[in-house]
Amino acid sequence: MLNAKDILETIKMIQEEHLDVRTITMGISLLDCCDGNIDEVCRKVYDKITYRAEKLVSTGESIEKELGIPIVNKRISITPAAIVLAGCKNKDAVKLALTLERAATTCGVNFLGGFSALVQKGFSAGDRELIEAIPDALAVTDHICASVNVGSTKAGINMDAVELMGRIVRQAAEKTADRGCIGPAKLVVLCNAPEDNPFMAGAFHGVGEPDCVINAGVSGPGVVRAALAKAGPDKDLGEIADIIKKTAFKITRMGQLVAQEASHRLGVPFGIVDLSLAPTPAVGDSVAYILEEIGLSQCGSHGTTAALAMLNDAVKKGGVMASSHVGGLSGAFIPVTEDAGMIAAARSGCLTIEKLEAMTSVCSVGLDMINIPGDTPAEVISAIIADEAVIGMVNAKTTAVRVIPAIGKKVGEELNFGGLLGEGPVMPLNGASPAVFIHRGGRIPAPMQSLKN
Amino acid sequence: MRAVITVVGKDAVGILAKVSGRCSDHRVNVIEVTQSIIQDMFAMIMMVDISASTIPFTELVDEMTALGEENGLVIHCMHEDIFNAMHTI
Repeated sequence: MLNAKDILETIKMIQEEHLDVRTITMGISLLDCCDGNIDEVCRKVYDKITYRAEKLVSTGESIEKELGIPIVNKRISITPAAIVLAGCKNKDAVKLALTLERAATTCGVNFLGGFSALVQKGFSAGDRELIEAIPDALAVTDHICASVNVGSTKAGINMDAVELMGRIVRQAAEKTADRGCIGPAKLVVLCNAPEDNPFMAGAFHGVGEPDCVINAGVSGPGVVRAALAKAGPDKDLGEIADIIKKTAFKITRMGQLVAQEASHRLGVPFGIVDLSLAPTPAVGDSVAYILEEIGLSQCGSHGTTAALAMLNDAVKKGGVMASSHVGGLSGAFIPVTEDAGMIAAARSGCLTIEKLEAMTSVCSVGLDMINIPGDTPAEVISAIIADEAVIGMVNAKTTAVRVIPAIGKKVGEELNFGGLLGEGPVMPLNGASPAVFIHRGGRIPAPMQSLKN
Repeated sequence: MRAVITVVGKDAVGILAKVSGRCSDHRVNVIEVTQSIIQDMFAMIMMVDISASTIPFTELVDEMTALGEENGLVIHCMHEDIFNAMHTI
């Protein structure tokens, strides 16, 4: 039976602590849209997406109203577009991107992810064409997100793809320099990419997934922080982990409810709930502030990696029992420009890219939403990607890089993307050149899975 | 199907009557009410049955929100599922 305390706790979480469901994402398979003719592919893709996701936004909005819980984003993920294009004689990927943009606009979704290629072991038909079209595709669309998987624990790292992606990230920034370099904010380079991730920019609908599926991503850093603030400074770390687990449980239950309800109303199977703590630039909705609540004077100090590892693990432990199926990325996100506490720590110089890299070895995803100097050579971007991909490969986890070369700007200047993508300072990088290493190409072999030391 | 209506605001004559009156207009049955007044703040939690409601639930949510705004109160009307999901295993 419900009691007044529980009811008021839920309302307080939503009203004051920014609790929300970050996204419901409909995964749509486009495998049946392949064709030899690009125009025919575009027609089939548009028809399938708009048919399947016709009621996604309106259903999301009605659930939002009835349950009284905000559902911030309604999104679509699709089969990696390189696969859809593979059989086309004329692989005009930008044309496909424009079709996807039109479908996303018709459905009213916030983002459509899956302008993607999976090249961890090598390029197959369509992969290179798609990757080379990414800068143009991101420049002429607003809602399309691109991702490229360059490595996995089983396959190793495709360094040819890593080298290529360094150039692609730069080009994406150059082509959108007049719009605050928004292009690379919609492009992520992954290692061990999950096939059921509902979060952007890395969302795509894997080939092993059903024809259509609903995945949900929860949020709630503000709620965790408020619970820790209430606990005070006297609790030991075991007790702190316990508080995080209990809070994560409640947050995830809500995500599970919303996902099931959406799946039921849309007549589409329920896939997974992603347990991630996803920050927003709003004050009080920050993962960095949770770390500071745990006891760091500022995010980025020594001890940050340890505190983040504990937070990440406790979120998973709490969330796993609350949901029937857990998947996606699941953990704590640390996107710098999307997190008020990280922005502050980066501005003050306390948070550096080296520390962020260490943090990514224990948390969800990776180097996310980091502004780098506009004159950064493509080889340095490739090397950042290589470092990050290797952390994912060796630790058998997902890692990713989403860095934004701030064209025409130097360290300390700012980029502002607006909305959930936030704003932040350009962060300094190590200036020594890794060019020879990057231009070697080839593959970094897959790592040993035993003799772990 | 049940829903939870919460009302918070400065105490005034007739708050309970206004909210329950609106419920009865739409054949929404009040099952349980707990209310307290701390100093001059009024806080009420009302459990209602919406099975026989004459309007869709989303419209009831809008009406209650508007009723709150007209009277300087904050009224939330939410389906009970969210509370059950969060606080019961």
